[in-house]
Amino acid sequence: MKELFIEIYNKNKELINANSNEYLRLLRSNAINIFKENGIPSNKTENWRHADIEKRLKHDYYFDFKSKSTSMNVEEIFKCDVYDLDTFSVTMLNGWFVYKNAPITQLEDGTIIGGLSKAIEVYPDIVEKYLGSAADMNKAGLVALNTAFLQDGLFIYVPDNVEVSKPVQIINIVNSEEKLFLQPRHLVVLGKNSKLTLVHCDHSLVHNINFSNTVSEVFVGENAMFENYKVQNIGDNSSLLTNLFIQQKNGSKVSNNALILNGGFTKNYVDVSINGKNCHADLYGLYLVDDKQFADNQVFVKHAEPESTSNQLYKGILDDMAKGVFSGKVLVNKDAQKTQAYQNNNNILLTDDAKIYTQPHLEIYADDVKCSHGATVGQLDPDALFYLHSRGLCEKTARQLLMYAFASEIVNEISIPALRETINIMVEKRLRGELSICDQCLLHCNDKETAVFNIDLNKI
Amino acid sequence: MAAAEDSNNNLKELAEKDYKYGFYTEIESESAPKGLSEEIIRYISKKKNEPEFMLEFRLKAYRHWLTLKEPDWAHVDYQKIDYQDLIYYSAPKKKPKIESLDEVDPDLLETFNKLGIPLEEQKALSGVAVDAVIDSVSVKTTFQAELAEKGIIFCSFSEALQKHPELIKKHMGTVVPYTDNFFAALNSAVFSDGSFCYIPKGVKCPMELSTYFRINAANTGQFERTLIIAEEGSYVSYMEGCTAPIRDENQLHAAIVEIIAHKDAEVKYSTVQNWWPGNYEGKGGVYNFVTKRGVCEGDNSKISWTQVETGSAVTWKYPSLILKGDNSAGEFYSVAVTNNYQQADTGTKMIHLGKNTSSTIISKGISAGYSNNSYRGLVKTAKKAINARNFSQCDSLLLGDKCGAHTFPYIEAGNKSSVIEHEATTSKISEDQLFYCLQRGIDMESAIGLIVNGYAKDVLSKLPMEFAVEAQKLLAISLEGSVG
Amino acid sequence: MLKIKDLNVSINGKKILKGFNLEVNAGEVHAIMGPNGSGKSTLASVIAGRDIFTVDSGEVTYMGKNLLDMPPDERAKEGLFLGFQYPVEIPGVSMINFMRTAINEKRKHYGLEPLTGMEFMKLMEEKKKIVEIQSKLTNRSVNEGFSGGEKKKNEIFQMAFLEPKLAILDETDSGLDIDALKVVANGVNALKKPDNASVVITHYQRLLDYIVPDFVHVLYDGRIVKSGSKELAIELEEKGYEWIKKEAGINEKAESTE
Repeated sequence: MKELFIEIYNKNKELINANSNEYLRLLRSNAINIFKENGIPSNKTENWRHADIEKRLKHDYYFDFKSKSTSMNVEEIFKCDVYDLDTFSVTMLNGWFVYKNAPITQLEDGTIIGGLSKAIEVYPDIVEKYLGSAADMNKAGLVALNTAFLQDGLFIYVPDNVEVSKPVQIINIVNSEEKLFLQPRHLVVLGKNSKLTLVHCDHSLVHNINFSNTVSEVFVGENAMFENYKVQNIGDNSSLLTNLFIQQKNGSKVSNNALILNGGFTKNYVDVSINGKNCHADLYGLYLVDDKQFADNQVFVKHAEPESTSNQLYKGILDDMAKGVFSGKVLVNKDAQKTQAYQNNNNILLTDDAKIYTQPHLEIYADDVKCSHGATVGQLDPDALFYLHSRGLCEKTARQLLMYAFASEIVNEISIPALRETINIMVEKRLRGELSICDQCLLHCNDKETAVFNIDLNKI
Repeated sequence: MAAAEDSNNNLKELAEKDYKYGFYTEIESESAPKGLSEEIIRYISKKKNEPEFMLEFRLKAYRHWLTLKEPDWAHVDYQKIDYQDLIYYSAPKKKPKIESLDEVDPDLLETFNKLGIPLEEQKALSGVAVDAVIDSVSVKTTFQAELAEKGIIFCSFSEALQKHPELIKKHMGTVVPYTDNFFAALNSAVFSDGSFCYIPKGVKCPMELSTYFRINAANTGQFERTLIIAEEGSYVSYMEGCTAPIRDENQLHAAIVEIIAHKDAEVKYSTVQNWWPGNYEGKGGVYNFVTKRGVCEGDNSKISWTQVETGSAVTWKYPSLILKGDNSAGEFYSVAVTNNYQQADTGTKMIHLGKNTSSTIISKGISAGYSNNSYRGLVKTAKKAINARNFSQCDSLLLGDKCGAHTFPYIEAGNKSSVIEHEATTSKISEDQLFYCLQRGIDMESAIGLIVNGYAKDVLSKLPMEFAVEAQKLLAISLEGSVG
Repeated sequence: MLKIKDLNVSINGKKILKGFNLEVNAGEVHAIMGPNGSGKSTLASVIAGRDIFTVDSGEVTYMGKNLLDMPPDERAKEGLFLGFQYPVEIPGVSMINFMRTAINEKRKHYGLEPLTGMEFMKLMEEKKKIVEIQSKLTNRSVNEGFSGGEKKKNEIFQMAFLEPKLAILDETDSGLDIDALKVVANGVNALKKPDNASVVITHYQRLLDYIVPDFVHVLYDGRIVKSGSKELAIELEEKGYEWIKKEAGINEKAESTE
């Protein structure tokens, strides 16, 4: 398997490195060497024990090195219909940044939004300073592979003291007859006292098998605020591997919310390095999976400096033969005194065939800390159910209500009202056993073929 | 908690002073040559006059061991062991058969008196039968006659091999197969002695049974094996204590404990582990690599592990339970204290297979000095283990800023009706509590001792009386000098 | 017995006591009153040796020794007792074990043999009567799950047990109903001897109906602005603290114009 990727790299070396500067060429060749060394993560290693990635990779994937970042009217094929969601919307089509007007735009406040391939040309100083410096290629699964094949992705630069007025929405669309293998690479840099909200939606427009191996690097400057929402709602044939690396400086705040509403194979790795004092990181996750779906959330928070706080809360409802994994780790370095770190993972299993593996780990080398973690696997609270019955609610409604309440703890953390409302409706529908996709989405939402999401309430 | 330098000066003194078991006894012993080979295994087996099946078992284990690699996944770091540089069999030279204490080597008797474990029955703690194991060999088991009246067999493993080979053959290796792990394979190949305990159907053992392990000879690995079988409706409470002399080099201890509880039976297994932990610089000390496992074979059976771990340089130990019988219950209560350069990676596994099985895990880790203390535990419910319940509470207390406390739980739920709860906290000792004690005239060390004992009380209260007092003292002593 | 001269104390750079003076002799009962935030609890903590406060300047002598040089447990062994405003809970540590450790450490300090179990239990029974404490309290963990009143009674019980030379009671009356208040006050009165002294810190005059002070001091903005006899307390109760504040304000101005 490893050899196959190396072969593809060698064959397409010229195409991959076309129009690239020295920095990028070096980065890629370094990356392929690391990949040669580490290979594909084996399911014998702890973090991949339950994720059978080999199986998902065993397809004749197509690599698109030729399409370039191009101009097209994305609305012709896709329209996001989250009501009232007022965003700067950017689109990735089959792994390439597509645009209506310009490949890279500078807003009035100085914020730069555009494709990474263009940004390397126009802003080499910024890109070279940051690209590859947070994403540890030895650490998480296929980061080296992504770096070796690095082509395009989203680039955002927020200057000091700028609060970007609207969320930036990035829509990742897969629309190809081929079995696509995508490796988008995003780079986000926030200056001092700045603020940015990112909404990241994954959609597949076709039901083909595809594999996406995304790497994002986010640098959060002093006292800056970064909010990130990831809505994953893809078909069962899609495999999604995301690696998000965040680096925090003094006084910065980060909130990450990963919502897996549907997905054949999803593994999200979130790596937060708290390299400053008085930082705060909230990491939330929700996974509602059924059928034979697989959702794996791996979180790593490193407290390198004193007096910062972090909070992880992941919740999941698993139906049918779905499998879920939560592996959270908090590392508190020796110097990170007065750290407060919390970790929680709660799960509900709806069938005897659904499985959850949870590993909330703490590794602590400082003594003046407050750290705690908890994990639960269980059912709906019988007392609460009885209470609802006694108020006249039928079994089905009562269960629905409680499951919805279980999930809403995560949904309520969404600070954009329009998005929260939409996700709320999606969760509710999902739990009712209906399609849980944006209302008027032109795409597979209307595709009756995919109407197989059914959490069977009688089983709950 | 300032004045770290001052306390550092006292550390060396304290660390060695307080390990009152650090003496070495000149006892004439008979040892096998250094190293490990089939020949050595045959030597051990012959020396012990073992039945053929035993030798075969050992050889199979040895051949399997040769194919294994030493595990490295635990959160511990130690110098690689040269398995050819160890002595695998060392026994006090003794007369072939001891009928009365008069025949026991007086030096040996003295050793156990010094350890506070008198082997004379009239002097012994009332209600505790002791099997004393020195280096690799059981030297004396007390109260055998009284126990025999009830049909209880409590003797050394070697004696059991001679007198009850069928029981050994039937049960040995059924809970911990020699293929289980590296150290289990090693033990299965070379174990020299240990304790055997059989409680017949319906018998409640009238006294605490206890094994006392002592490493005495140098360069000797200690590999003992304990097998406890509790037949239907029986009950036994079993205690295990360990010490070793102060030595500069490291000593290896790789034991196996197997417990089988049949229908409605209950076994309580308590350990106070106080092997020489090495000195204040981390030199010397025992490597404690132990495989302990029990199986609740029958319905409504119950096994509980209680451990107080204060000793050893490196501990690698997960007393586990397989809850096979319906409604069976498992418990794990642990206090692990590490100071200076000690490293402990300990915890449990609760494997729920039967219906309505329940397990409770209470773990209290206390780290001081430069030590590292990890809890590692697995709770797994199989698909058929409907209505399985688990509650885990794992707390860590840090004393000082050079030590580490880690928690690695693994939870695997395989059916919809299981309820699994895990809670854990890590914190330092409370300044408010310390000040309150100081204001009442209690000095810093006693205050820490008090608070830590209070913190560990949930676990200490599970120990049999005879052990609890000793354990409390041990806890305070282990932490002396940890806070300046 | 206790002499405090020009004491200045701060926490995290914020000044709390500003030139505080006080002298307490054997046989005396002093009451220190003052509005919230005047520095009453800080005073108690500093005397007991809490290290979160910084003593910027000033002297504190206790029985002729420099108190500020002594670690907190040393102060306690020398007969200084602080009745905490908010006694902390210590889970798992039984009251019996706690008190036994405390009394024996003190005895060791004076070169006495530790109490035997019997002697200890006898003493315990004796002292319990003083504060009308139920035996079940002593079987529980230190302050754990105690109600507010029980915690305060427990403080007085410990005081009775340790027989301090100087007791400082930090708002021992707060949160007590009238019956509990009487019990606490009776305890304090019963323990009064010619060779010991107490400093009662309180916000309300109420407690002083039961514990009759020899001196009343009003603490405001980090120092004593008015001292007097027990009548001062009654005056304070009637008029509130406002007039003190005004008077202090005038004095402050007067001082600054000097």
